[in-house]
Amino acid sequence: MSALFIVRNKRHDKMFSYLVVGAAAYTLLMVGLVTFSVTKGSLDIFSLEGVRFITQSDWNAVEGRESFGAFPYIIGTLLSSAIAMAIGVPISLAIAVFISEIAPPRIGIALSFITELLAAVPSIIYGLWALFVFRFWVRDLIEKPLYDAFHGSLPFFAKTPFGLDIFTAGIVLAIMIIPIISSICREVMRVVPDSQREAAYSLGATRWETVRVAVFPYVKSGLVGASMLGLGRAVGETILVTMVIGNVIGPSAIPTSFFSQGQTLSSLIANEFNEASSDLHLSALIALGTILLILTMGINIAARLLVRKKVKIPSGAKTQ
Amino acid sequence: MNCKDNYRDILQQTITKKYKKRLFVDKLVTLFTIICVISAIIPLGSILLEVIKNGASAISFEFLTQSQGSIGSGSGGIGPAIQGTIIVVGLASLIATPIGVLTGIYLSEFAKGGTFPNVVRFFNDVLTGLPSIVIGIVGYVVIVLSIGSFSVLAGSISLSIIMMPIVVRVTEETLKIVPNSLREAGYSLGISKAKITLFIVLPSAKNGILTGIVIGISRIAGETAPLIMTILGTSLFFTGITGPVDALPLRIWRLASQPYESAHAFGWGSALILILMILALSVGLRILVQRRPSFK
Repeated sequence: MSALFIVRNKRHDKMFSYLVVGAAAYTLLMVGLVTFSVTKGSLDIFSLEGVRFITQSDWNAVEGRESFGAFPYIIGTLLSSAIAMAIGVPISLAIAVFISEIAPPRIGIALSFITELLAAVPSIIYGLWALFVFRFWVRDLIEKPLYDAFHGSLPFFAKTPFGLDIFTAGIVLAIMIIPIISSICREVMRVVPDSQREAAYSLGATRWETVRVAVFPYVKSGLVGASMLGLGRAVGETILVTMVIGNVIGPSAIPTSFFSQGQTLSSLIANEFNEASSDLHLSALIALGTILLILTMGINIAARLLVRKKVKIPSGAKTQ
Repeated sequence: MNCKDNYRDILQQTITKKYKKRLFVDKLVTLFTIICVISAIIPLGSILLEVIKNGASAISFEFLTQSQGSIGSGSGGIGPAIQGTIIVVGLASLIATPIGVLTGIYLSEFAKGGTFPNVVRFFNDVLTGLPSIVIGIVGYVVIVLSIGSFSVLAGSISLSIIMMPIVVRVTEETLKIVPNSLREAGYSLGISKAKITLFIVLPSAKNGILTGIVIGISRIAGETAPLIMTILGTSLFFTGITGPVDALPLRIWRLASQPYESAHAFGWGSALILILMILALSVGLRILVQRRPSFK
């Protein structure tokens, strides 16, 4: 009887372990499916245009004169994300420092709850708000004064601002990634052992000096990694950008100033996917997705490596 | 007063001076962080305010249950979008939850080092970071093209690819916290590993795993981009698993790009419903988690 029980146990174990291994293999299958889909989808356009797809800026879907190039949208994606990072990273770091180093615990907990709430707001709702509310703030409070002050001397601010442009897209992206970056930075800064801080304080350092000499250097790569995870989100974000970036196509989508209407890789896919007139047009859109995939995958892998390295406590200083 | 005292005085003076400057910098930085915190809260406040202010007036019984009237008329409602969101997201979570939890179990309980688990972990992270629009392309190429129609199925499978890695991550991390003594107690009674995992380890990690599932569901409920290329959006109610449906995020996007005031009002109303649905999920979770303590 008991022998039978053991045999049955073993059989259960085996079946169950096959099941869980199978589930784990499903992850790899999905990655394979992603690779397969984008490759298959973008084969047509790459075999027609080759490298020119990345370097040229025509976007013409008229039959017989089809010509597609992704260059303006790559620039649009990089520029809007760069603006988002330039605004978002310092603010996120400051928020993380405030929550983990400055605020009394109760306020810190309340604030982390609020940042988590912000992170849970769907991007479509950020988009709706940006389109009907925030873009007027940007236009009237930031863009117009900058335009009036600089448009003669600085080409970055040289277009009549409408509020629907790369600059607005960058700011709204920043608002979207701030909760993400700041909550990871907070987690990373928690790894710093208190003994580091105490050492700095005991030498007479002020709070800011403690953060600067004891906290930041200890988790530098983790903070960089957190920012890059945010960058990955900004680069891949679709619907929010589509709603505020102005959506122009062709050579005029190459931004000449921060206030140019633009287009990103993902927003062009969202705009034209349902209206694609031919298989080639569709293939060009999927190829934009392929470029986006390679871009975000590179950013994310680098970011994960950096964050992971930091959370595995470095040698030399141990936590209790 | 001798030379030494003089020296000390000068030193003291410089220290105080510098100290004042350092304190000032410290205050300045503190002020800067507070300003940043406030500037991050303003958008949240404004979003909630606008959604509630503009959305509440749009909501009525007709708005929640009817399908859309003719464009620009401001009649009808967003019934199909609510129904579609529930169906597509529900189906996606039915696919993603079991596979995600099982993968998490594998990584935490069954993987014995080596390359395979690390490869799975790595690609799971890769999947988490993929832009959702790329996942929409997968749904389009693999399912829409092969069955020849924009469909619930394509949408659900795409969303499940977004949700699964989140569930895997949370499950693995929660199971790792379960104390080993619980497993050992099971082994000492001669219970099989499968049963220990399913009936001892899993129930004691239930709260964490449920939280992970809810995070996953709220994430996919707000996704728009992959739905553009998979379920298309329609003004009709659910017709079948291989037919197109509508969804709230998609409807908000379409409504926002129409030039009519009434469409915008509908958009705000839909946004309010979407936020309420996500909120209801997390409140439901809180109640569920509080009622049943993990370790009995």
